[in-house]
Amino acid sequence: MNHTLLRTMTQLLIAPIMVFALYVQFHGDFGPGGGFQAGVIFAAAVILYGIVFGIRAAKKAIPDGILRAMAAFGVLLYGGVGVATMLLGGRYLEYGVLAHDPVHGQHYGIILVELGVGIAVASVMILIFYAFASRGEPDDR
Amino acid sequence: MDNLAVIQVLLPLLSAPLCLLFNKARLAWMIAVVVSWAALFVSLSLLVMVNDNGPIIYEQGGWPAPIGIVYHVDILTAFVLLIVTSIAAVVMPYAGKSVEKEIPVSKQPAFFSALLLCMAGLLGIVSTGDAFNVFVFLEISSLATYALLSQGKDRRSLTSTFQYLIMGTIGGTFILIGIGLIYMKTGTLNMADLADRLPAVFDSRTVHASFAFLTVGICLKLALFPLHLWLPNAYTYAPSVVTIFVAATSTKVAVYMLLRFSFTVFGVDLVFAKLPLTEVLLPLAIVGILVGSLAAIKQSNIKRMLAYSSVAQIGYMILGISFVSASGLTGGILHLFNHAIIKAALFMALGAVAYQIGSTHIDALKGLAKKMPWTFAGFAIGGLSIIGVPLTAGFVSKWYLVLAAIEKEWWIVVAVLLVGSLLAVIYIWRVVEVAYFQTADDESDIQVKEAPLQLLIPLWILVIANIYFGINTSLTVESASSAATMLLGANS
Repeated sequence: MNHTLLRTMTQLLIAPIMVFALYVQFHGDFGPGGGFQAGVIFAAAVILYGIVFGIRAAKKAIPDGILRAMAAFGVLLYGGVGVATMLLGGRYLEYGVLAHDPVHGQHYGIILVELGVGIAVASVMILIFYAFASRGEPDDR
Repeated sequence: MDNLAVIQVLLPLLSAPLCLLFNKARLAWMIAVVVSWAALFVSLSLLVMVNDNGPIIYEQGGWPAPIGIVYHVDILTAFVLLIVTSIAAVVMPYAGKSVEKEIPVSKQPAFFSALLLCMAGLLGIVSTGDAFNVFVFLEISSLATYALLSQGKDRRSLTSTFQYLIMGTIGGTFILIGIGLIYMKTGTLNMADLADRLPAVFDSRTVHASFAFLTVGICLKLALFPLHLWLPNAYTYAPSVVTIFVAATSTKVAVYMLLRFSFTVFGVDLVFAKLPLTEVLLPLAIVGILVGSLAAIKQSNIKRMLAYSSVAQIGYMILGISFVSASGLTGGILHLFNHAIIKAALFMALGAVAYQIGSTHIDALKGLAKKMPWTFAGFAIGGLSIIGVPLTAGFVSKWYLVLAAIEKEWWIVVAVLLVGSLLAVIYIWRVVEVAYFQTADDESDIQVKEAPLQLLIPLWILVIANIYFGINTSLTVESASSAATMLLGANS
């Protein structure tokens, strides 16, 4: 698309959308929000970029190989926290054992787990968009 | 040690993203093999622990039962976990060679990742003690299954998978509606808690509707006649490894869900006395046995024939449930295990044929037994087992079913069981006859050799298991009968 207005507005909007995603992500334990919502908002920024500047430009900015690894990493981060709590003598996802003070432990646990959710959701959302948007194009992997 | 209950599910669940992260075909396969054997070891330890000390209740995150999500491992759980992990442990080594030929290298890491996710979902459904968690794991395993089934080389695998996607989603939605309705009525999702609170409200229409939704949804997933239409195509066009794994495990887990919901959550007295579950399941099981077997006889693609035979065998399991007696349930639960090893062996033999000649059509099998003696010997013994010849595993479970039918003096059911076996003789014999007694049309130009050892060893492990569990029945029958007594005693 060659609309100058659209392009400029998109360029202006993408950064605030991403910052807002991070706000929803890290403020999730005090206000509404959390990993899933943040991941979707973050993905929305990339999808907007892809719609306005084309799927190739989006893939150049964030290649799908990296996204696939990030999706796997997000799940591993979530599960890894659970495994860590088991290694520290607690039960699966018993965050209390992560710090000396159980309340702090709960805090660390939920932040890490939600981060895992956020990374996985954002990557998978963008991957789904890529998969649909690249239909009919030659496979350039 | 209690952590084993959750480690069982975590092993495949967390190794699946690892496969994707490393993105190396060979490495992904090795991860899958190691994980499936570790999972088998865990499930064996769980079975021993449950046998010695009774059920394990594992509180996730340390939150106690009605609020937190718990894993509840009792004897039935441990037995079904053992079925899934032992099949995985033989399928994964087999997958190394078979997948090489059927899946492009670039897709193999994702393929193994999906296979492990499917396994994680199935293990999760079985382990969890939370009704909503069942749905979550059901979706994990179903989504992975759709992805796996669609990877067949034949383009028709796409349409057949799409058909299953629609049917499976309807089934999943029905299950979710059922769970939602009982949640609305009782305010809890924990299975033990539900079992406590449901009797008080059982006369309400909402609860009846909830049970109806659950039963229909689960029966769609386990392919009970007449909800079996998705199964033959889905199994026929899928890659060999997927057919073996899904045919041997996923319908078994669906039967487990039916047992769990009708016996543990709703309870025997409510479901079978106040609602006509026997009257619904029994005729469908009988028709399923007869129609499935008859349809199997007509098939010219052997993979499809075995798929129809699965429809019939599912009839046997449901028949066992519909007796609502100790011996009937023992037979049904036993058949979960026995059918898993029988069908896995038969599909593995067929997978070896497909690996060597690229076809599973009956005409392609002419005279093949001379060239692939070990594969067809395995197929023949597996076939004897599915017929229910004495000294094979298939005989033991059918024996218990016949005993249960005689106990109830349901002579028609006894007759159906015998006719079902005779029909199995016909469809197995067709293959044996073509492979052993006919000669190939053009013997000179194709040099077909015996399948590689990597395929033969897993096949023969299962074939020997079929004979072993036909002679030494202590492990299987004891587990199945104590599971049956537990289910029947749960609410009385």
